[in-house]
Amino acid sequence: MTKSELINQLAARHPQFSPADAELAVRTVMDAMVQALAAGGRIEIRGFGSFSLSYRPARQGRNPKSGEKVLVPSKHVPHFKAGKELRERVDYRQ
Amino acid sequence: MTLTKAELAELIFQHVGLNKREAKDMVESFFDEIRLALERGENVKLSGFGNFQCREKSQRPGRNPKTGEEMPISARRVVTFHASQKLKALVEASVPSSEEAPPAS
Repeated sequence: MTKSELINQLAARHPQFSPADAELAVRTVMDAMVQALAAGGRIEIRGFGSFSLSYRPARQGRNPKSGEKVLVPSKHVPHFKAGKELRERVDYRQ
Repeated sequence: MTLTKAELAELIFQHVGLNKREAKDMVESFFDEIRLALERGENVKLSGFGNFQCREKSQRPGRNPKTGEEMPISARRVVTFHASQKLKALVEASVPSSEEAPPAS
């Protein structure tokens, strides 16, 4: 499913809103999620999961082409942990 | 600094002009549709944010961390998330990374 398919699903599910509203809603939610993480914050969606940043310390790396040693600086990367309900619903064994 | 469904509904109320009840429903539906797609085994690609993938894991050996007893971890289906290059770049650019104290994860 892509973003545009998600917008279509939401528009179909809420016929009282225009497709433009569904599109703007999706954009608003996604922008807010990006901004929250970019600001160093977390996202917690009950029943779905949480997004947080995980820290990667600086390390000695190598340029795979030249074999040269380079220092890879420390950074934060986004991390998602599926919530209990999502985990259980996706796992078909249950 | 934690974003929740309540704040998302408030933003939709402000920017989209749905009433509060509708904004709340829209937020619920947003995550529910993603959940339904993942339940069907579909991947979900949200450009500018990232991809959610449904992955089949086969059975593997594991152990009970408390007792050290070996037991198999059964086959299962799990969701993984990969942030888009855009999101990774934004996070890297704006979160100070060379700091001494990494945030607890």
